[in-house]
Amino acid sequence: MSSGSAGQKPVDQALAQEFGLTAEEYGNVLSIMGRTPTLTELGIFSVMWSEHCSYKSSRVWLKTLPTTAPWVIHGPGENAGVVDIGQGLAAIFKMESHNHPSFIEPYQGAATGVGGILRDVFTMGARPVANLNALRFGSPDNPQTRRIVDGVVRGVGGYGNCVGVPTVGGEVNFHPAYDGNPLVNAMTVGVARQDRIFLSAAAGIGNPVVYVGSRTGRDGIHGATMSSSEFDEDALAKRPTVQVGDPFVEKLLIEACLELMATDAIVAIQDMGAAGLTSSSVEMAGKGGVGIDLDLDAVPQRERGMTAYEMMLSESQERMLIVIRPDRTEVARAIFDKWELDFAVIGHLTDTGHIVVRHQGQVEADIPLDPLADQAPIYRRPTAPSPAPAPLGPITDPLGIEQALIRLIGCPDLASRAWVWNQYDSTVGGQTVKRPGAADAAIVKIEDTSIGLALTTDCTPRYCRADARLGGAQAVAEAWRNIVATGARPLAVTDNLNFGSPEKPEVMGQFVSAIEGMGEACRALDFPVVSGNVSLYNETRAPDGSSVSILPTPAIGGLGVLDDVNAAIGLSMPADCTLVLVGATTGELGQSLWLREVHGREDGPPPALDLAAERRNGDFVRAQILAGAIVACHDIADGGLLVTLAEMVMAGDVGCVLLAPQSGMRPEAFWFGEDQSRYVVAVRDVDAFTLAATQAGVAIRVLGHSGGNGLTLPTGATISIARLNAVNSAFFPALMDQ
Amino acid sequence: MKAGIVVFPGTNRERDMAIALRTVTGRAPAMIWHRETDLPDLDLVVLAGGFSYGDYLRCGAMAAHAPIMAAIRRFAEAGGHVLGVCNGFQILTETGLLPGALLRNAALRFLSQDCHLRVERNDTPFTRHWATGDVFRTPMAHGDGNYIADADTLKALEGEGRVAFRYARPDGRVDPGDRLSNPNGSQNAIAGVLSPNLRICGMMPHPEDLVDPLMGGEDGKPLFEGLVEALVR
Repeated sequence: MSSGSAGQKPVDQALAQEFGLTAEEYGNVLSIMGRTPTLTELGIFSVMWSEHCSYKSSRVWLKTLPTTAPWVIHGPGENAGVVDIGQGLAAIFKMESHNHPSFIEPYQGAATGVGGILRDVFTMGARPVANLNALRFGSPDNPQTRRIVDGVVRGVGGYGNCVGVPTVGGEVNFHPAYDGNPLVNAMTVGVARQDRIFLSAAAGIGNPVVYVGSRTGRDGIHGATMSSSEFDEDALAKRPTVQVGDPFVEKLLIEACLELMATDAIVAIQDMGAAGLTSSSVEMAGKGGVGIDLDLDAVPQRERGMTAYEMMLSESQERMLIVIRPDRTEVARAIFDKWELDFAVIGHLTDTGHIVVRHQGQVEADIPLDPLADQAPIYRRPTAPSPAPAPLGPITDPLGIEQALIRLIGCPDLASRAWVWNQYDSTVGGQTVKRPGAADAAIVKIEDTSIGLALTTDCTPRYCRADARLGGAQAVAEAWRNIVATGARPLAVTDNLNFGSPEKPEVMGQFVSAIEGMGEACRALDFPVVSGNVSLYNETRAPDGSSVSILPTPAIGGLGVLDDVNAAIGLSMPADCTLVLVGATTGELGQSLWLREVHGREDGPPPALDLAAERRNGDFVRAQILAGAIVACHDIADGGLLVTLAEMVMAGDVGCVLLAPQSGMRPEAFWFGEDQSRYVVAVRDVDAFTLAATQAGVAIRVLGHSGGNGLTLPTGATISIARLNAVNSAFFPALMDQ
Repeated sequence: MKAGIVVFPGTNRERDMAIALRTVTGRAPAMIWHRETDLPDLDLVVLAGGFSYGDYLRCGAMAAHAPIMAAIRRFAEAGGHVLGVCNGFQILTETGLLPGALLRNAALRFLSQDCHLRVERNDTPFTRHWATGDVFRTPMAHGDGNYIADADTLKALEGEGRVAFRYARPDGRVDPGDRLSNPNGSQNAIAGVLSPNLRICGMMPHPEDLVDPLMGGEDGKPLFEGLVEALVR
């Protein structure tokens, strides 16, 4: 047994701690191994048992989420979730974070985030058809924010544009709680034939283990460990742990893998993501209940003199591990030659139940796989409840409706995202039916079919901070609503749970409550979780040295399906339609953007969520869209009703004339309250629509009609479409292009 | 019309182009691998968009030296029709089959948005389904589309009427200094150019992505319909 390269520190508890293992965890390593581990073995244990790979703080809670439905083919546990979308096809999708790297090195952090999630999807046999993202940045006033926004947006675009997968949607928010810890959550959706889905469980003793893709370098070593701890003052000194992406190689890898997947050569396949060669080999062998021998001398390397430890821990990008049928090795090699990618047999499956790593004639690691997986730490960390938000109390309107609308549509959280979207290729592939901003969910057609996918990402972190349980439920409900508003049938979600340190009881309390809320909404809406990712330790250091957590941000990526994509509708409305509000309004201003932008307050309880009403209103709206009764639809979210109407006006360049607000309620509460489960719809036959709503037991209210060159308020005042657009589109260029 | 689309490593709009061609011809175009040294029997060779060779070195520079390019050069010299879109346009300028070069966009950012093109002449196989002066909407998606050529080349292009398309406002007005209508800052707002025999056309925007009302319109379709009509046999 090698003791590692000369000059290395001795393997002991101090080094284990440096690698992120607690004393207890290291004690467990010693008892599993029955001896002091080698450096490589310690490295393997530390990454496999990192928060990032083991989900040790979150696993007990994730298990409470609903994950099944008749249309779910594979739920959590595979590289991505798989759902039946009809005609023998499956949608395969997942969302994943790359938060810490994106603060340290925004371009590469975001780019490799996109690359990593793409691999999770095509490794299962799917051609990626769409990318989305959920981005949270610090305050626009923070001097770092511009650098981070610029790099992240360039990185997302730089990678996605080059691989030729359209980026069709996403969300962008700003809040000081993300100063020093932005969130970059990337989602990929792919499509595969249901009989051609590839899994990661290795099988077949003696079968060769093949490495394909980029060569291994020293980049990203211990990336998984880095993302499992809090940032400190030296965060930027961690730049060497950030990986560097090559989207060109990824594009070749997609094509080569899909070509190989059309043959019968593959037994199992997995991308080398976090913890690279270690996690892919350990997980593939572990899931298959076999052992694996790796010969690191055969690993394609781009640097000289790499040690076993470095190769096993490297997070070099664009690499895959494949267990292959031995009689198909040459077929596979020819495909990778065609695409000019490295292809190397680096090991084989064994019946030992161990992972054995050899390098230059030495055994560098020999670990029993069962205990490595089964004895991975699981923590049920202490939780503390967050205090319920105090009631809002009496509120005044110092600004008036017109001025408040202008302020809201120009504010960072509601301003036009065109500056961002225009840097993402949203049309490549020729199947983008609704581009970013055109509908509540992006719509992508499946080539050569009539099927459309409706895709969205959603979360309202300020609600989650005020009430994590309600916020978790609201994120799921909003994703569901956004899909419904296009006419699509919501099928399932992927989640990306971004929270602070799980070692803080109040953060752990938020985490648990948010999952409870999510689960509740998923069950009520038949909208199960099929894949996901947890990102903890999103903390930064305040000037006084204390640790500051991000807002709890359980981002939800939703997927729905349209059997006939021609039925999809968006925000744009023609003139001479009646505008109808669907859903009840009580005028909830707690945690609203109106309260924040007009009063500078972020308080009060978030709007209540009645999941039965959500379901009833949504099912009604979707049925009316599919019946052709609704020609345009927009859900009511941040900013409330009047912002929703302004967005519809801007999207279609058609104005509207509004009637007086609901009586018995303050006008600002009616126009800017963020009551949930509501939609604005444009209909041609309001009588028939009213009758249908009555029969369905759904509350509606006629708001006015479409037409004209501006948004005309009940007072008669008109804000021109040109003015709305000018105000709405000013923020990003002013922040970024100065 | 028999059309073929060349696929280089990193080409990524070949599927879009195939759909557009199939829509107007009713049959699938041939897909031609970059390592081929001969072309099949074709009426039209298309160089599609993407990031051939990752745009490393310079957009289109490495593809210009791919094995298939010698055959394409022979095809062009024999009077064959070639359409290069986006990265395809960049490759055509790198091979010298079309003049000029494409620099980084003036704002130094990738631009993915709709733009409007004005048709500068309608007596070519690429533009015959429009009237001269027609304006059509089309998506664009590139980081390096800022057309530049030296003064003599530009003079020759303009003098010989070899500008096929210009970026314009929806009403047809052209203003090279206006970043809204000429988004990448191209000289003379040039979006597409022609070879002296009018049989090679290179353009940055993507008419192939607007050939279906479901995707937002058919504004790009006349280009393909015109080609089918011109190259029918």
